[in-house]
Amino acid sequence: MHKISRPVNRDDSKNKSSGSAVYISDVIKPGMLAMAVKSADFQHGKINTIKKPELPEGYFYVDGKSFTGMNRASIVAQDWPFFAESEVLYFGQPVCAYTGPRIEVCEKLCIQTKIEYTPLPAVSVIEDAADFFNDYTIIKGNPDKSFKEAAQIFENQYRTGMQEQAYMEPQGMIAEFNEGKLTVYGSMQCPYYIKNSLKNAFNLDDDNVRVIQSITGGAFGGKEDYPSILAGQAAAAAIVSGKPVKIVLDRRNDMSVTPKRHPSLIKIRTAVDSEGNITAMDIDCRIDAGAYESLSGVVLERAIFISTGAYNIADVKVRGRTMKTNHIPSGAFRGFGGPQALFAADMNMYYLARKLNAAPLELKRRYLFQRGDISVTSGIFRDDIKLEEMISRVEEISDYSSKWAEYEKTSQAGDKMKGIGISFAAHGGAFTGNGEQEIIKSLVRLEWEPDKQTSAGGRLRILVSNVEMGQGASITLRKIVAEESGLPLEAIIFTNPDTDIVPDSGPTVASRTIMIVGKLIQDAAAMLKQKIEDDINSPSSVEKSYVHPPEFDWDEETFTGDAYPAYSWAVNVIEVEIDPITFEIKITGSWAVYDVGTPIDIKILEGQMQGGTAQSLGYSSIEKMQMINGKPAQVSFTDYTIPTTLDFPDTECVFIDNPYRYGPFGAKAAGELPNEGPAAAFTAAISQASGRMITEIPVTPEMLEEQLR
Amino acid sequence: MNKLIKISFLLDGRMFSVETKSDRRLLDILREDAGITGVREGCGEGECGACSIFFNGRLANSCCIPAIAAEGAEIDTIDGFSKTEEYSIISQAFADAGAVQCGFCTPGFIMASAALLRENPRPTDNEIKIGLSGNLCRCTGYTMIIEAVRLASGRMARNV
Ligand code: FES
Ligand code: FES
Repeated sequence: MHKISRPVNRDDSKNKSSGSAVYISDVIKPGMLAMAVKSADFQHGKINTIKKPELPEGYFYVDGKSFTGMNRASIVAQDWPFFAESEVLYFGQPVCAYTGPRIEVCEKLCIQTKIEYTPLPAVSVIEDAADFFNDYTIIKGNPDKSFKEAAQIFENQYRTGMQEQAYMEPQGMIAEFNEGKLTVYGSMQCPYYIKNSLKNAFNLDDDNVRVIQSITGGAFGGKEDYPSILAGQAAAAAIVSGKPVKIVLDRRNDMSVTPKRHPSLIKIRTAVDSEGNITAMDIDCRIDAGAYESLSGVVLERAIFISTGAYNIADVKVRGRTMKTNHIPSGAFRGFGGPQALFAADMNMYYLARKLNAAPLELKRRYLFQRGDISVTSGIFRDDIKLEEMISRVEEISDYSSKWAEYEKTSQAGDKMKGIGISFAAHGGAFTGNGEQEIIKSLVRLEWEPDKQTSAGGRLRILVSNVEMGQGASITLRKIVAEESGLPLEAIIFTNPDTDIVPDSGPTVASRTIMIVGKLIQDAAAMLKQKIEDDINSPSSVEKSYVHPPEFDWDEETFTGDAYPAYSWAVNVIEVEIDPITFEIKITGSWAVYDVGTPIDIKILEGQMQGGTAQSLGYSSIEKMQMINGKPAQVSFTDYTIPTTLDFPDTECVFIDNPYRYGPFGAKAAGELPNEGPAAAFTAAISQASGRMITEIPVTPEMLEEQLR
Repeated sequence: MNKLIKISFLLDGRMFSVETKSDRRLLDILREDAGITGVREGCGEGECGACSIFFNGRLANSCCIPAIAAEGAEIDTIDGFSKTEEYSIISQAFADAGAVQCGFCTPGFIMASAALLRENPRPTDNEIKIGLSGNLCRCTGYTMIIEAVRLASGRMARNV
């Protein structure tokens, strides 16, 4: 393994441990006002009247008309309004807001605001939805022919639930407007998304909007989209009042109004020839987008591009749609469409194994992607895929096959029902499709500041718009620059992005920070090193912008070609026990082998994998989030339980070595990978233990009871 | 009901007095009036432990304590605790184990770890899990936090 993988203690653990780290809720600005948003208590209706109470002195009213540009946030699609206009499309939709010195008064004004609606028909679930925002079809090979010639056709359907990101720090934003310049501070993943959104919302030019990230207490995708809404609301209030305005959501509020992972319903028809080979799949993938499109189109792309999972199926037809329903717009969540598609794809292979009387691993490994194979979008897997090596490693640590054989004999008998499952996952690194080369066009800058007082002779500053949100971007980016420049780690400085200072290197999403931005700063560091060696005592800087390697080809019109430059891989094994009386589920073992190219820091990576696996196992079992008639039924940690120390065993992680040509020191995507595979491994284990084909997550004791009684 | 009251208590070893509305939570007094923002609000309902303090020496969620209840109490927060030797050992163990990611839960976990180790200096893994089960962390999956407590326990034993 490369020496850069050796762990280094994080630079931010001191401040965070002692409580001196400043999150947005801790910030106070002179004269700062509070703000409360009036949310619709109606699922779908035309707004007839808004009866406002009289405003006390020093309080201000804000709504959709407060935006001098457009009352729409720019989150990929520009359709989600900061405040509802003539119509409310979902329960909890912001309608208007009050700002003023005291939060209790603002909240009271919201309660006193009475809105009358004319009801309109509401759609609450995917099945009932007729309308969609996006409808994409991809064809690989000749699926019609394979289905026509099939000896057998199997059909099944898979369902995944909604999931709350549950970052520990609730969302918050502060906006101020001084002499024509709008400045916003807050907890976020994508400073330039917010900047662009604010420019459009208030018709401000580039110089007059500034966005500064504050220390961000977890995000997991949840701070990719909604911060743009919150920033717009706070900015409107700051402009109207002329004072700094702070909005921090309490937990109930946060869970009531922010986007969650898209529920999905995926139907798969599979053609099998007379020799028992899988020849084709016809996949219908619907994800529940909620009331506005927002970024759902891109989530759908990621889902359908990986819709056969880690398996090479010769002929594929996949149709994907983002269904329009009347609930909170669904949003970004670690994995971004991948977990839903991979759950369906992997469970479908499990289903086929059962139908074809094969051991699941035996069937699955016959179809695993290999170098040179063609993806669903007819791209080429150009790099070595080491899944066979990964299977050997996972067998060593988990003893999967012998346990599987044992539980196959005994699962139905005895006082505990036991099962073990294995899944395979692929995650395409970087932005989907033409995102990196056509839309983001990442730009990074490194600056050298000479300082004779320091042993290195100065400081090297990393200027990028990617954020540290807990995942370790700060330490890993610094390690890359230190390794390349030969400077000591202490001389490399990374600070929270401020759009007045850093160039736009793109959003902190899609596991692109190390793979794409890390590579750019590595290349920039090599150039800057030269300049420093030439003249250590003068300030110097280097900028570097993204160039898509010419070997990758992509057609955005037809979705054909290499949807991602490189894939990361995971093999997960999960072992479970079900109590035959209470149907209580206990996860008794969790093992995983990963190919993330070169790990930039083994401890950071282990932390990502352990945390991501826990999130995914929560998604599979205990995290149940329902929208009842469009209203979130779980809006606190009392009702929505996320994993505690007592819920899951430790995940034993192994990383194999498989450096990626275009990654910094060989690194590729990592952060989302642990959220891709565990759900299917878990559900396969439950299926074995219960002797039932389980096709839906979360799997709860109530659901098992229904199946088994 | 919501009248002004005056309360005084020992805060991180010093007398602290404040006049406040009676319906406020101790968490608000600590964060807003005493400016101790290291006591975090993750849920406001006693579920996450981010607001953990020592209340008369016992671990407690400050979001669940009405301000009035603090009258005459002895309250220690992460702010005062972070100046102790005990803290240095625990926080160093958190850093070495990789137990800190976004850090929002960390002060709460450090307080909970200290409470556990005071009561049980050599906890088993299972005892650690039970001891920390009132605190939520969404980033780490807990493995490294548990490792940190194991480390701290070992280092404290060597320190005596
Ligand atoms: S904020 Fe007190 S327990 Fe969560
Ligand atoms: S480190 Fe982020 S919640 Fe624990």
